Amino acid sequence: MSGLYGFLFAMWILIIIGGGIMVVLLGPFSIQQYGDFHWIITSGIKVTIALVLVVMWILILSKLKNYIFKKELKF
Amino acid sequence: MIELIIPAIISCILAFFVVYFTTPPLIKILVKKNYTVKDMNKKENVMVARPGGISIILGLVVSEIVLYGFFQLNEILALIITTTAAFLIGYVDDRKVMGGWFKPVTLAIAALPIIFLGAYDSNLAFPLFGDVQIPLLYLGLIIFMIPITGNTINSIDVLNGVASGFMVIASFTLSICLFILQNYEIAIVSLPLGFVSLAFYKYHKIPSKIFPGDSGALTFGAMYGVIAIIGGVEIIAAIALLPAVINSFLFLSSVKRVVEHREIKGKPVEHTDDFKLKATNDKTAPVTLVRLILAGEPLTEKQIGFAIFKLAIFSGILAIISAFMMGVSL
Repeated sequence: MSGLYGFLFAMWILIIIGGGIMVVLLGPFSIQQYGDFHWIITSGIKVTIALVLVVMWILILSKLKNYIFKKELKF
Repeated sequence: MIELIIPAIISCILAFFVVYFTTPPLIKILVKKNYTVKDMNKKENVMVARPGGISIILGLVVSEIVLYGFFQLNEILALIITTTAAFLIGYVDDRKVMGGWFKPVTLAIAALPIIFLGAYDSNLAFPLFGDVQIPLLYLGLIIFMIPITGNTINSIDVLNGVASGFMVIASFTLSICLFILQNYEIAIVSLPLGFVSLAFYKYHKIPSKIFPGDSGALTFGAMYGVIAIIGGVEIIAAIALLPAVINSFLFLSSVKRVVEHREIKGKPVEHTDDFKLKATNDKTAPVTLVRLILAGEPLTEKQIGFAIFKLAIFSGILAIISAFMMGVSL
């Protein structure tokens, strides 16, 4: 059970760090030189970065899961 | 303040007592019509009425209609429409076995009223770091959020009382966080979910007299997701839901595809001679939260339920800390 509490806590920390990256990197990001379409391009890039962050989050979580539950996951 | 307290009290009383008084006759009707399923974790051949989603949606809709009478917010309309749609989707799945695609796709469609009624703010708020404005990305988040919360709650509905008990803890946590963030109207709108879950838990706790079914679990999950969106507390809601998120994450990372539970052949847990539950060594079976809890030793159904509730309380505390951290800026 202590492993599960540790995993929950690690997820929480990852969410806060992920939020920081979103606000610091994604928030101010903007492209202006494409006229009326700048917001579509900006949004597209933001979506891509967000998806990359989500994939990274899942990969880190997978590694953490294997590390924390290495004894339990020998099913 | 009095104009907020009276609707809050009326809606909470209605939410609790509508479910409290309509569930026993619903159980009788369901048993009479032979709408029952075997409780797989009981030694004897126990048949349990299903689905309890009917009394859950009744309690939620009645209390939210009363709140709409007081506040006339588009957010409440979106909540009623999306939650009712989620109930209907779950009810179809209760009656007829649908494909794995059915619930995610239809729940995504059920989320559309939130967009059409403009019942959202496209700022995503994070603890410590503040807001990020993502107008286009946020629309995608709305479409994904309702299927995720709906299916997440559905995936932990595996033992007597777990889904409703978990919802009591998670939804009251969310209400507390909304009060901390001084979003009083949405906090009051969120309270009926906790009271409906509490009233339903009386009949769902071990030994269950009724199961919520997909209709009940999706109703709980969808309403939770809508509150997170209309209250602007998406991240806090995700934190309060972490034990159920872990369950879905473990399941998906071991199965490596979106699949209905009934399509899985391997059994993650089995019964001991004294009818406790223990983790199997089956390598084809998915890894789940219950299987991890049982990795140490066999436990009774009641002990597993309380272990999940303790995890829910822990993540609830993390969510409340996060709500306080919203007011702090680095």
